[in-house]
Amino acid sequence: MKILVVMILLCIPDCVLAAEAGADQMPKHWSPYVSGALIGILAAMTVLISDKPLGISTAYARISGMLGMIFAPGLTKRLEYFKNKKPIIEWEVMLFVGVIIGGFLAAWSGGTIHAQLLPDTWVQRFGADSGTSRIITAIIGGVFLAFGARIAGGCTSGHGISGTMQLSVGSWIAMIFFFIGGMAVAIPLFGR
Amino acid sequence: MLMAKQDTPGKPGNWASGLIFGTAFGFLLHKAGVSDYNVLIGALRLTDLTVIRVIISAILVGSIIIYVLGKFGMVRPHIKPTHYANNIIGGLVFGVGFGLWGYCPGTGAAALGQGSWDAAWGIFGMVIGSYVYALTAPKFIKMASIGERGKLTVPELIHIDPGVYIIITSIIFVLFLMYIP
Repeated sequence: MKILVVMILLCIPDCVLAAEAGADQMPKHWSPYVSGALIGILAAMTVLISDKPLGISTAYARISGMLGMIFAPGLTKRLEYFKNKKPIIEWEVMLFVGVIIGGFLAAWSGGTIHAQLLPDTWVQRFGADSGTSRIITAIIGGVFLAFGARIAGGCTSGHGISGTMQLSVGSWIAMIFFFIGGMAVAIPLFGR
Repeated sequence: MLMAKQDTPGKPGNWASGLIFGTAFGFLLHKAGVSDYNVLIGALRLTDLTVIRVIISAILVGSIIIYVLGKFGMVRPHIKPTHYANNIIGGLVFGVGFGLWGYCPGTGAAALGQGSWDAAWGIFGMVIGSYVYALTAPKFIKMASIGERGKLTVPELIHIDPGVYIIITSIIFVLFLMYIP
């Protein structure tokens, strides 16, 4: 029943936007205010219905633990971290799977699927034959993200949206430093 | 009051609700345009304000709903604990990764769904990084005691009623969204 309410809430702006643009011309992207407000509603609904804050970074930790159980079960079983965050499929891991599916459904329905390795901004700066450096940068970036999220206690979802809307001091600090750290890399790399 | 309520054992989350919420979240991230590398890097270069518009709109609406639901006792608060050292150092490390990969953990997953293969490599990196953290976690847990403040909220910190605080910040957010270029 509660989930039905959420689905209805999500359908309203969809219809509004479709009606605005004409029946056969769905806009490729929605207004940032409408989609942002819907993300806010969603983050409140996860607390209301699932009693979970909207956070995704722990899913990566659990997945790493699950892979660890396959490749190095003895070592993984001894790690203190996985005694607290058990390497099992639970709500957050399913949320992660859902986000991939949701990204696909949105791109597929809107005709905005970009099957590509190199984004435009990257190509403009580093050229079209920079695939290897893009892959290495992405992997190193991912390692830093995971480490940072674990030290800070959350990511852009858990701190940046869910934590800030619950007025947590630590979440506001973390979010500000996410962007400071990001600017410290992106501005020298790409200029302004 | 929302902030003072003690944590009680939670209702168990389940797979189906996680999957549904995740699908909705990924759908919205894409439709908002924030699963796009160019938009995210634009936010960090301060040349594209889409991300800030989306985040502030989400916080504005979400904080009001959470506050009202909390007043009616319908939600249990999930205040993330404040540790100044961890929040700042972890935040900066996260930010460096954000700048290098160009996605964050949620938008990167949505980007994989839209076919951005560079997102898949970052997800691989996150899984590796999470495991390395688990290997080294005891070292970082020691740091957690520096600047540890527990479940502290901004209204508690500045001694103001949370309802009044929500009204003031909501007005600031609306004005901010109206006047940024």
